[in-house]
Amino acid sequence: MTAPVHGSASFWRTYVFSQDHKVVGIQYAVTGLLFLLLGFTLMMIMRWQLAYPLRPIPIIGGWLGSANAPGGIMLPEFYNQLGAMHGTIMVFLGVVPLAVGGFGNFVMPLQIGASDMAFPKMNMASYWVYLCGGLIMVASFFVTGGAAQSGWTSYPPLAVIAPGQTLWLIGMVLLITSSLLGSINTIVTVVQLRAPGLTWMRLPFFVWAQFVTAFLLLLAFPPLEAAGALQLMDRLAGTSFFMPSGLVVTGQPLPISGGGNPLLWQHLFWFLAHPEVYVLILPAMGIVAEVIANNTRKPLWGYRALVYAVGFLGFMSMTVWAHHMYMTGMGTTMSTFFQITTMVISIPSVVILTVLMLSLWGGSIRFTTPMLFALAFLPMFGLGGLTGLPLGLAPTDIPLHDTYYVIGHFHYVVAPGTIFALFAGIYYWFPKATGRMMHEGLGRIHFWGSLICMNIVFMPMFIQGLGGMNRRLYDGGLQYAHNAPLLKWHVVIAMAAWTLGLFQLPFIANFFGSLKWGTPVDRNPWHATTLEWLAPSPPGHGNFQTIPTAYRGPYEYSVPGAATDFTPQFEPDAQ
Amino acid sequence: MLRMLGLPNPASAHANELDALMAMTHWLMAGMFVVWAAFFVAVLWRFRSGARTKADYHGTRGLASTLAVCAVIVEAFLIIAHAYPVWATRAAAPPSEAVVVRVVGEQFAWNVHYPGADGFFGRTTLGLIDPDNPLGLDRRDPVAADDITTVNQLVLPVGRPVVIRLSSKDVIHSFAIPEMRVKHDAVPGIDGPLWFTPTRIGEYEVVCSQLCGLAHYRMRAAVSIKSPADFQAFLTEEASRPR
Ligand code: HEM
Ligand SMILES: [Cu+2]
Ligand SMILES: [Cu+2]
Repeated sequence: MTAPVHGSASFWRTYVFSQDHKVVGIQYAVTGLLFLLLGFTLMMIMRWQLAYPLRPIPIIGGWLGSANAPGGIMLPEFYNQLGAMHGTIMVFLGVVPLAVGGFGNFVMPLQIGASDMAFPKMNMASYWVYLCGGLIMVASFFVTGGAAQSGWTSYPPLAVIAPGQTLWLIGMVLLITSSLLGSINTIVTVVQLRAPGLTWMRLPFFVWAQFVTAFLLLLAFPPLEAAGALQLMDRLAGTSFFMPSGLVVTGQPLPISGGGNPLLWQHLFWFLAHPEVYVLILPAMGIVAEVIANNTRKPLWGYRALVYAVGFLGFMSMTVWAHHMYMTGMGTTMSTFFQITTMVISIPSVVILTVLMLSLWGGSIRFTTPMLFALAFLPMFGLGGLTGLPLGLAPTDIPLHDTYYVIGHFHYVVAPGTIFALFAGIYYWFPKATGRMMHEGLGRIHFWGSLICMNIVFMPMFIQGLGGMNRRLYDGGLQYAHNAPLLKWHVVIAMAAWTLGLFQLPFIANFFGSLKWGTPVDRNPWHATTLEWLAPSPPGHGNFQTIPTAYRGPYEYSVPGAATDFTPQFEPDAQ
Repeated sequence: MLRMLGLPNPASAHANELDALMAMTHWLMAGMFVVWAAFFVAVLWRFRSGARTKADYHGTRGLASTLAVCAVIVEAFLIIAHAYPVWATRAAAPPSEAVVVRVVGEQFAWNVHYPGADGFFGRTTLGLIDPDNPLGLDRRDPVAADDITTVNQLVLPVGRPVVIRLSSKDVIHSFAIPEMRVKHDAVPGIDGPLWFTPTRIGEYEVVCSQLCGLAHYRMRAAVSIKSPADFQAFLTEEASRPR
């Protein structure tokens, strides 16, 4: 055990360069939330240009600088930067750090009854490497040439010759390094530090979700780290890993050796980025499972099925990557293989969704704020999953690929899906982290406002996509005749997106206000069953006063014959 | 359903089959979602804590595996009966009587290259590329003499298969004509074939469908589908143009 620290040094050690998993978790979560807000703000700015192309942006137009928006009118280079950075920030700097770094770090060790992560120093390092990567990404907006502008997918040759990409690549390499440090830590912690009696099949589902996620991070991310380094060399050292011979850019032959292959990047990128979408979704499923069990007051139905499904999902997620590449000239054998794996992977997703749904049956459902968010996750994720079907079938992907249909599809998964689950988690574990409840009334305003706006933002994108409107268009598709009837939706979407922004204000107020004025709580305000609710709220250094023992499964609610409707894992049998 | 989906008006031979699969998939999705959402709302209502103070420890029995099996069957059906055959026709070799055209993307234009009366494409060379000769076509090559090139103007006959040999000079573009239900990436260094049979005379647009730089949003080419006679007339006129 480390000795307690005293004096003036202790502030830095306790709150800034802390090795305590709870502090690191909160640092991750707060940083992730700030990045989510930033990524969302970029999108709100973009939405103006799509709704009212080439008109000056009101109010903030003047702040963007003449290199980006002379006279307040956005330039295409800035639009492309906003697009690429929105995607990158949301995925790599917002959701993953919040879901894995934040919730994983704060909740997982508590749920397994450990006093900290296995490698506290490495944990601290992973946060600081992440922060450096994030700051480099943000700084790239302020250098000449601006930020990356070739999409979050950064396909060469464009990414190699376009401005802004160098800092993006350096940032990415740091972010992946941080994820690797975190994932090893998670795996070792779950394997080694479980409390006595906490067998694998007694683990809360959230821990399983984090465990499988950590394997995805560990196995799928290194290829992109390597690919990022190679692309960096293509830019800086004149190599041609991704650059074929004979390129002619604006009439001039490109002075490179050539001989590379741009499709290699796509394979390496999607080998990471498809598992990545499961990294975005699995922790969300874990949170939803916890919240549903707690608020239905009954055990999760089909816990084992959930565990097997999530393991299988993790494995399969590494076999589907090329379904993002049907349009690159793929033969029938290859496309059939990836269509089949894509359909197979939908099976465990169906199982997980069904299990969570059927878990509601027979409950006594409390509609608390975390439960509202967790419940909304189910149909929203369902819509995201269903619309993946025509995208996973190669023929129907032909008209839909690279249109707004794709944007609608994955945003249903990540925005009203994952983001809602993350909100559920924040409302649910906030009392554990701070010792105070968040305000229910503000929570409800936040929930209903967000739910309605999210759907008005993303539902019209399916209409636009089916009508053939492409994504990543600076003027929203004004140039093309077939888009004419679809343009009006841009205005609707923009309005809803800005309103969605307004509905985040109650959340922000609630978050900070509750730190000060929230109702104080004891250890177990939700009457929950898992081990984290044994620790004080907030838990002190080392978490538990005595090492807990697990006596039963994670969700023993409404056990017949028991005195209360919850029988925690840490409570010894009465006999 | 097709009407409701609002796909652009189909104009190629394989479009109807593809649209049918699209409609079927969306029927299936809509059906699943409605049944599922109804069940969801009913469960929330029936088991709300206001109505039941005590939860049932055991819950329900048996459905998940049945649902998973249904999902497998439906998806297997979609792949085997529809997706595979439709994609196979897309990936198969085109019929031999096809019109063959080269299309080469560049930032930010589509260069079109017809082989001319002899049916052979002339040699192209990097060194010859200049603003007047964006493809770098070597006119000294005997088979190049009758070749026709245009920029952002693709003219094709109706009712005959068309093979597009697609590539790019610089970055990745994507060649798509929404009404023809075709989309294919133009990757530098790869000469990707793509084929379809236009079925309706009219004017269409090539939409670049892969982010390719600042003017990606207006990288457009006009497509005219003409009757065979008009197509022949177009070729004759272009061939007689002095160069
Ligand atoms: C909740 C509010 C959000 C809104 C209104 C929003 C809106 C959009 C829109 C309209 C685009 C397409 C831009 C274009 O193609 O020109 C886009 C792209 C994207 N979004 Fe979001 N988004 C939101 C949240 C998220 C979240 C939570 C994530 C990820 C976890 C995310 C990830 C992405 C990615 C990866 C892209 C593709 C970027 C690219 O083209 O390279 N977004 N978003
Ligand atoms: Cu994927
Ligand atoms: Cu383009």
